[in-house]
Amino acid sequence: MTPQLLHGRLVRLAAPDPERDSAEMAGWSRDSEMLRLMDDDPARPWSPSRLQERMSEEPKLDHFWFMVRRLDDDRLIGEAGLGGISWLHGEAWLYISLGDRACWGKGYGTDAVRVLLRYAFEELNLARVSLGVYDYNPRAVRVYEKVGFVHEGRLRESVQRDGKHHDEIVMGVLRQDWERMVVS
Amino acid sequence: MLSQSLFEGRRVRLDRFDADKDATVVARWTHDLDWLQRIEARKVARPLAAARVREHWASLEKSDSTFLFAVRLNSDGRLVGQAAIGEVYWMHRSATIRLGIATPADRRQGFGGEALALLVRYAFDELNLHRLTAWTQEYNPQAARFLERAGFVPEVRQRQALQRNGRRWDVIVLGLLREEWERARSGPGEAEP
Repeated sequence: MTPQLLHGRLVRLAAPDPERDSAEMAGWSRDSEMLRLMDDDPARPWSPSRLQERMSEEPKLDHFWFMVRRLDDDRLIGEAGLGGISWLHGEAWLYISLGDRACWGKGYGTDAVRVLLRYAFEELNLARVSLGVYDYNPRAVRVYEKVGFVHEGRLRESVQRDGKHHDEIVMGVLRQDWERMVVS
Repeated sequence: MLSQSLFEGRRVRLDRFDADKDATVVARWTHDLDWLQRIEARKVARPLAAARVREHWASLEKSDSTFLFAVRLNSDGRLVGQAAIGEVYWMHRSATIRLGIATPADRRQGFGGEALALLVRYAFDELNLHRLTAWTQEYNPQAARFLERAGFVPEVRQRQALQRNGRRWDVIVLGLLREEWERARSGPGEAEP
């Protein structure tokens, strides 16, 4: 068995800690570009107290939300999770966002996504992990391709930003895709 | 000029559900596994009592992100199916559509096509949406063909995203953009629903 299910090579996935993490997260939520890369909700800054509330909510079985922390100094650099879990069909939607821009492009995101996939397949026993990523985020697309996600199509013009329409690219990994990746 | 009626087709109309008369009919539909696996593919198929159906309708009446319609025949007012625009995302002007004709005897008669045309027009002309999405399943290929005939474009094939009857099936997602619909509407020989 995997000795440390939530540890990668560079980062680990940790529980959201309301006291420790909310101020840092609230700071990131002023970065509108980061918010627009993460999801298609209206970009808006969050207060530390609102984030503390969210972090203190009872965890639900259809959503696993983690903080991404560096292994070397335990610094909080982002968040990641598996949401919209359908236990019936063994499927979840993966998301990740690194709020700490100094950590972009250094392999932390890739490592965190790999750990999340291992958690999805080895712990949650899912059959498939899906994700959506916007066409204006090619950096993320490359990360997802690298860890084994396959392009499955695009929802045309499903997002509007600054008066322009953008596609949402849908990608997926099957358990067997992932097993093949891990062996090779 | 404004359209005379958004809800009236030639043979079918979009209507509200009548809590007294329709709930037992729809509750009966929910005891048909085949119907549930088509209309609510991601959910656990679960039969509902009429009271639960009524509660569900009552909760949707207050919603501004889901618009649910009964599909009725103009001839005798009989309820034959349901049509819905859901997950309306006002910010991006997108939504999901769902439509079903409940009993096999009422299918293949063009009722669904008429209801879909009304539903799509409601989405674009009334809700002012930009894009519609429809999620279909590999085990129900008629649905994707039906949508394609109405102008929807296959966009995504999620491999093995569903588990039904002991095997895995793909999900096929189709989309229709406002400009595609407008082009088809103004095209030559295109009759209004």
